[in-house]
Amino acid sequence: MRHIISLLLENEAGALSRVAGLFSARGYNIESLTVAPTEDATMSRMTVVTSGSDDVIEQITKQLNKLVDVVKVVDLSEGEHIERELMLVKVRASGKDREEMKRMADIFRGRVIDVTDKSYTIELTGTGQKLDAFLEALEEGVVLETVRTGASGIGRGERILRI
Amino acid sequence: MELSGAEITVRCLADEGVEHLFGYPGGAVLHIYDELFKQDRVQHILVRHEQAAVHAADGYARASQKPGVVLVTSGPGVTNAITGIATAYMDSVPMVIVTGQVPTHAIGQDAFQEVDTVGITRPCVKHNFLVKDVRDLATTIKKAFFIATTGRPGPVVVDIPKDITTARCEYEYPKSVSLRSYNPVLKGHSGQIRKALQLLLEAKRPMIYTGGGIVLGEAAAELAQLVRALGYPCTNTLMGLGGYPATDPQFLGMLGMHGTYEANMAMQHCDVLLAVGARFDDRVIGNPKHFATEERRIVHVDVDPSSISKRVKVDVPIVGDVREVLAEMNRQLAALPAKPDPGAIKAWWTQIELWKARDCLKYDREAKVIKPQAVVSKLYELTRDADTYVSSDVGQHQMWAAQFYKFDKPRRWLNSGGLGTMGVGLPYAMGALLAHPDCTSVCVTGEASIQMCIQELSTCKQYRLPVKIVNLNNRYMGMVRQWQEFFHGNRYAESYMDALPDFVKLAESYGHVGMRIENPGDVEGALREALALKDRLVFMDFITDQTENVFPMVPGGKGLSEMILV
Repeated sequence: MRHIISLLLENEAGALSRVAGLFSARGYNIESLTVAPTEDATMSRMTVVTSGSDDVIEQITKQLNKLVDVVKVVDLSEGEHIERELMLVKVRASGKDREEMKRMADIFRGRVIDVTDKSYTIELTGTGQKLDAFLEALEEGVVLETVRTGASGIGRGERILRI
Repeated sequence: MELSGAEITVRCLADEGVEHLFGYPGGAVLHIYDELFKQDRVQHILVRHEQAAVHAADGYARASQKPGVVLVTSGPGVTNAITGIATAYMDSVPMVIVTGQVPTHAIGQDAFQEVDTVGITRPCVKHNFLVKDVRDLATTIKKAFFIATTGRPGPVVVDIPKDITTARCEYEYPKSVSLRSYNPVLKGHSGQIRKALQLLLEAKRPMIYTGGGIVLGEAAAELAQLVRALGYPCTNTLMGLGGYPATDPQFLGMLGMHGTYEANMAMQHCDVLLAVGARFDDRVIGNPKHFATEERRIVHVDVDPSSISKRVKVDVPIVGDVREVLAEMNRQLAALPAKPDPGAIKAWWTQIELWKARDCLKYDREAKVIKPQAVVSKLYELTRDADTYVSSDVGQHQMWAAQFYKFDKPRRWLNSGGLGTMGVGLPYAMGALLAHPDCTSVCVTGEASIQMCIQELSTCKQYRLPVKIVNLNNRYMGMVRQWQEFFHGNRYAESYMDALPDFVKLAESYGHVGMRIENPGDVEGALREALALKDRLVFMDFITDQTENVFPMVPGGKGLSEMILV
């Protein structure tokens, strides 16, 4: 099953590679991994999307907790949570397709953030599924390039991850 | 007063109470060695290969309660040390390894003797640090000792670039450190402990299985109290030997791939299992699928939560320091009115006695060639009353030592259980002697393993370390040969040890005493003679039966009850 795990970790050189190394050394899947400093500059927040049986997920959270640089670990999938991913997609937009592409971006609440006479670059946020749906909705061959950040997640309501 | 990074490094070690530092100098650590030269609080032990520096410090730590400390240079100094670090990591041995690094401005430039030490050691350390500012040095070293010795212990690397060893700052060694991201749980959950006791008291066929955690956690007394109060059978893993007295009637011997028939059968057929400081690894329980076929409830006590329910799902997990948890179990048990079911426990012991009667460790005692088991048994007889530490390398001799030497106390058995590193035996024996200068330190080894760190005979000469080497020489990598005999159609690919040295002459060339023993009748005399030479290293080359195999044996991937018996 897919799980979205949030971590607070010391903002130290090498902390990211400890987490990445753990996943590769123990053969765990990483679907996506995002990391950036938090409002507290000494700490980074990481979101890992992974998949595995309950036993594997239990081991993943335990092993993550064991890393000395990891301050806190929460499996967001255990409760209500929100996740978002950002995608930038460059698409062919010329001739009669140009108008259709704009309309498509609007339907998915995307924004055109760069324009040439032959292409649009569209910014889109949402769950991974929504981004997938957008790409699927496009006609074959119009996508020139995509870049995705991977999911970031946060608990709903009063659920807060901090020290 | 401002001190240089090199002075600070040495001062930190001294202030931490480090008495022995195992190492080998080189370019990146020259300033640190210069400071070592100027003081006498920390004694440096110069080994002949960095791998042995780590093994010796590791053996020192295993034999004492103190962390082992190592100093090596950058590049090859570090890569040579890796095997030692990984060995210590697998067996949770507390160690601090100080490594030299090229100057900070040269890092990443492919400088002479540069490796990415933090990167290359990351998967085999509990934690590691690269010191980039001399003002962080003392705190970092303190943190390293703190992390290495608390929770589930392990090796910690501190990588110090050369320019940091010349940079200066005020020195103060912190009395303590705390890390917000590192707080091992020590006290077990008392409700879980109550649940565990309830299960144990209701058991019809209980079993207690303990590992290296008892030894590392100094919990042997608490374990013995619990086992005796309950009257249940107890088994130890290879790493846990000595955690429960081997001569005690409730002890069933070691379990696992080469465990006793009774221990493995009891393990497989118990209805309630208490596991303490053990991790259900593949050499201990065989295939977890087969282990799970029997319906049973499992209580697992460990300081490392990730060891719990990793290979085998447990019913009552208890995270905590094993000594604290066992002490709490003893307290609660004493206060409980309930007692074990005497009828069921008696029937269970009757069954166990039947398994014991199988006499699974029997061997031909009348043989015309020296049987390796007989050598270990005789060694045990002659050293059991002395303060003896036994190290081994890896292979058949290791299993015979584990089966036939009866360890009654913890920390007396030093071997590489997790990583299975050939070559540890001699450096471990050295470490034991440095920790306990008056002890008898015996290295039970084989002619293949001993050659992997044979250069340390020189270190033993320099520091007058009177190790007694019991070389069970069967002219084969015996365990490899055994597997080839059992599972590879007797095709002995590359397992014959050709072109062996004359070990007697070899020992003599290093200034030690060498003996060759070829007849069963000479075994006792040789051992007595060697042990009497208290201040000399004696290399006893026992020419043993080439065809002897280790029994019982659980083949890889099988269940514990599927043993090959002699």
